[in-house]
Amino acid sequence: MAFLDYLINGISLGSIYAVIALGYTLVYGIAKMLNFAHGDIIMVGGYAVFTAMVTWGWSTWVAMLFAVVVCTLLGITIEKVAYKPLRKASSLSVLITAIGVSYFLQNLALLIFDEKPKVFTSVVNIPKINLFDGKVVIKGETTAAILVSVVIVVGLSLFINHTQKGRAMLAVSEDKDAAQLMGINVNSTISLTFAIGSGLAAVAGMLLCSSYPTLTNTTGAMPGIKAFVAAVFGGIGSIPGAMIGGILIGVIEILGRAYISPQLADAMVFAVLILVLMIKPTGILGKKINEKV
Amino acid sequence: MKFAKKLMALSLAAVMAGSCLTGCGDSSSKSDGSGSSDGTIVIGGSGPLTGSAAQYGVAVKNAAQLAVDEINKDGGVNGVKFKLVFEDDEADPGDKAVNAYNALKDKGMQIMLGTVTTGSCLAVIDKTKQDNIFQITPSASAQDVIKNDNTFQVCFTDPNQGKASADYIADNNIAKKIAIIYDNSDAYSSGIYNTFKAEAAEKGLDIVTEQSFTKDSKTDFSAQITAAKSAEAELLFLPIYYQEASLILAQCKSADYSPKFFGCDGLDGILSVDNFDKSLAEGVMLLTPFAADASDDATQKFVKAYKEKYNNETPNQFAADAYDGIKIIAKLVEKEGIKADMSASEICDKLKKAISDGFKFDGLTGQGMTWSADGAVSKNPKAVVIKDGNYSAL
Amino acid sequence: MKKKLNPQTRKSFITYGLLMIVFIAVEILLSTGSISSMMQGLLVPICVYSILAVSLNLTVGILGELSLGQAGFMCVGAYASAIFSNLVKESITQPMIRFTLAILVGGVVAALFGIIIGIPVLRLRGDYLAIVTLAFGEIIKNVFAALYIGYDSAGLHISLKSQGDLGLKPDGKMIINGALGISGTPNDSTFEIAFVILFISVIIIYNFVHSRTGRAVMSIRDNRIAAESVGLNITKYKLITFALTAFLAGVAGTLYSHNFYSLQASKFDYNLSILILVFVVLGGIGNIRGSIIAAAVLTLLPELLRSINNYRMLFYAVILIVMMICTSNETIRSFFIRNFEKLKGLIFKKKSDGAAVKEAE
Repeated sequence: MAFLDYLINGISLGSIYAVIALGYTLVYGIAKMLNFAHGDIIMVGGYAVFTAMVTWGWSTWVAMLFAVVVCTLLGITIEKVAYKPLRKASSLSVLITAIGVSYFLQNLALLIFDEKPKVFTSVVNIPKINLFDGKVVIKGETTAAILVSVVIVVGLSLFINHTQKGRAMLAVSEDKDAAQLMGINVNSTISLTFAIGSGLAAVAGMLLCSSYPTLTNTTGAMPGIKAFVAAVFGGIGSIPGAMIGGILIGVIEILGRAYISPQLADAMVFAVLILVLMIKPTGILGKKINEKV
Repeated sequence: MKFAKKLMALSLAAVMAGSCLTGCGDSSSKSDGSGSSDGTIVIGGSGPLTGSAAQYGVAVKNAAQLAVDEINKDGGVNGVKFKLVFEDDEADPGDKAVNAYNALKDKGMQIMLGTVTTGSCLAVIDKTKQDNIFQITPSASAQDVIKNDNTFQVCFTDPNQGKASADYIADNNIAKKIAIIYDNSDAYSSGIYNTFKAEAAEKGLDIVTEQSFTKDSKTDFSAQITAAKSAEAELLFLPIYYQEASLILAQCKSADYSPKFFGCDGLDGILSVDNFDKSLAEGVMLLTPFAADASDDATQKFVKAYKEKYNNETPNQFAADAYDGIKIIAKLVEKEGIKADMSASEICDKLKKAISDGFKFDGLTGQGMTWSADGAVSKNPKAVVIKDGNYSAL
Repeated sequence: MKKKLNPQTRKSFITYGLLMIVFIAVEILLSTGSISSMMQGLLVPICVYSILAVSLNLTVGILGELSLGQAGFMCVGAYASAIFSNLVKESITQPMIRFTLAILVGGVVAALFGIIIGIPVLRLRGDYLAIVTLAFGEIIKNVFAALYIGYDSAGLHISLKSQGDLGLKPDGKMIINGALGISGTPNDSTFEIAFVILFISVIIIYNFVHSRTGRAVMSIRDNRIAAESVGLNITKYKLITFALTAFLAGVAGTLYSHNFYSLQASKFDYNLSILILVFVVLGGIGNIRGSIIAAAVLTLLPELLRSINNYRMLFYAVILIVMMICTSNETIRSFFIRNFEKLKGLIFKKKSDGAAVKEAE
């Protein structure tokens, strides 16, 4: 019974990683950059919902919408101010700038929302499911995380493969210059990518904070790194890969913590990642890409 | 990257020049802690003001400032006033803690209140020893912190807390089957855990499962809770800080698991977390030297003043320890007749002898506190239980 | 190019000269006592970070591979040497000998780790290599944080669970105490030693870059397939570079652990690796002198910003972003260069500089 419990919790955590990883993968696929500030946009999303719901007393749905809008705008702004001037620079320069943005967001949040942890009010209102006479409990947040991540993966795949904007994104990810020649506006496509990625981060922030209701200025940092691992694990650039990677990382983390050693659970996640990459150097679903770094 | 290099070189030159100017200005008069001429004693505080441990550092800084202001308002001690300078050490266990300490020295620190976290404290204790600066830490609770003769604690040493907790649980027959969840990457938490475990074995308590977590994975406790639940533990011992504890309480509830909860002073503050559902903490027992709604005058006066000054926030035990720390320093300064123009080393020699020599202190965090020469405080822990959203004595 | 000296040699001698000037200046300031305690305290860390940055530059700039595991190697070196020093501090009382040995221990153990890790991971490329090195760094940190080692009359005890689990006898001594790490390491690091080691590291790196091996490594970076086709053993050269990077990181770790009373694994997280990468990128990829300057500036910066209290780290972040954009954006860069050249033309006679270092892309 306990095993089932661990498994469910692992999938729940993994689904949240998956949503975060999708943001990483999307931005990486199109803009070819590791957006290290992605984890901090999650934190901003969390604070946006918290402020709207607790401080201003807005209703849940409006607050959620507000958070998505805030994060989307933030994503576009960051891209315009910090990344766009470096479009032609080496990807390492952009990586460092992203780290700068990450520091900036964390410390700005510290100044605005102070250092004390906030307790997040769950935005999920789904009753919990009891299995086996209450021995196994599936929380509403778990159900929500799984449903939301599946919907996002399906929706994103449909969007990318079946709409004009989505195909433009694919084209830009294949070859920026060729895409430009074909009349695609590369700049606006990249902006769109950041907008979607940041909107997803807002959703991830809500799921994360609803499941683990604490909110500080570093809330997004560690989940961000683990989701990044998940994205690489599944093959960075691949949407279903991010989903698979996220869930696997979540399950390994929880099972490792339960059955082997809590101290070494994180080490184990990384060890499995290394093993997978040894066998399949571009991740589970990754395609071979020509590296420029 | 030729240009980058030049830009860097230029900025380095500017930075160096700037630092030299400011550095020289300060150091020429004060860097050896040789005392100040304007009649104030400089107390240096160090703790995390940014980063993930900022909540503890800010509490200490605020309360220490409050205490200093109160003392100065009353005309100081023997006419000597205090000045608090506080530096951010980011809770770093290495160079940043030492940087903060050095910055304090440059600002003429004569007595040190700090550091807030154990890791940073371990990095600076040998520096304060070398410079012979009297150091009293409000909250760094590891045994190693007080290995030098110039370092003293306001808080309990970890082993004491672990032992006292196990004794309390056994003596009052609260539970027999116990599960522990502790932070393995934190010195405070693993310190309490180690002694709790040893004492529990002596007292015949049955520890059914020991679960830990680390700094990097302190949001998801489902695995630990499931383990405790399936081991049928009646009591969950939580020698951790309140932020993680609030998550454990919430996750226990959603897993339909309701054991008794028992914690140490790190749990204090849980009720004042923004937006926290107080019903979750109902019945939680904790061993803490300070409870913000205790009915004694001193506590009430402190809580009122703190709330007035800092945005209506309720002080936690870090704040109380820091407030006591400053008051302890003040009382010692009074007793020894310390003058503002004495050097840090001179002050240290006097204070470290005085504190363990029949000195008694009644503060927020304990009555009749005394210190042994090795630096540990002796005071009685109070057990409190959370009832109707408030602390009440057990 | 017109100079008699080969531009590369000239470049390295300029660096040596600059380092010596800085050293002498600091020594003068130290001896006249006109340097603040904070600056004094920063001297060793600046050397440590500079060594870390120049050694990482070997992997990132010369080998052209992105590594995020520098903190892991530093951690290994720091722990290995601290254990060594703690074990022998009673038997070897001469600090110079003990510290020299400790430095070798730290460096060699880290290099061994570099080889062990390098063999499997160097097959990967680009971001995948980056994430795997990051993973190794995190594993090293987590394992050390969970490690308890103590010894007593019955011998060595090792546990991954807790101190109590060791079952030490009363005469036992803890060597590594889990999250509390190692304490009591003799403070053998001084600015002079740290500087000498930095100087030696720079000499090693310049000589490595200009050696046969170094040129082979750079040819692998610039065109792997071409290098392979002329018969270069790619794995061997990659491993040599990686091991040298790890060795120097281990030496830096030794300096670090012998500069403080206590050593805790939590210091060596991915943030530290990233910070060192920031030094390398900001200083110019492949540019050794730039790495040192960047390490010094960015170590000093947060300390000098202390006067603005709460806004300190926010400012640091803004400065980092602005610096990155100014040094990497073509338009802004050429604007500055034009004006800089004008300014220079007014002050100095115009002279042609040596060829700019080829950048890794």
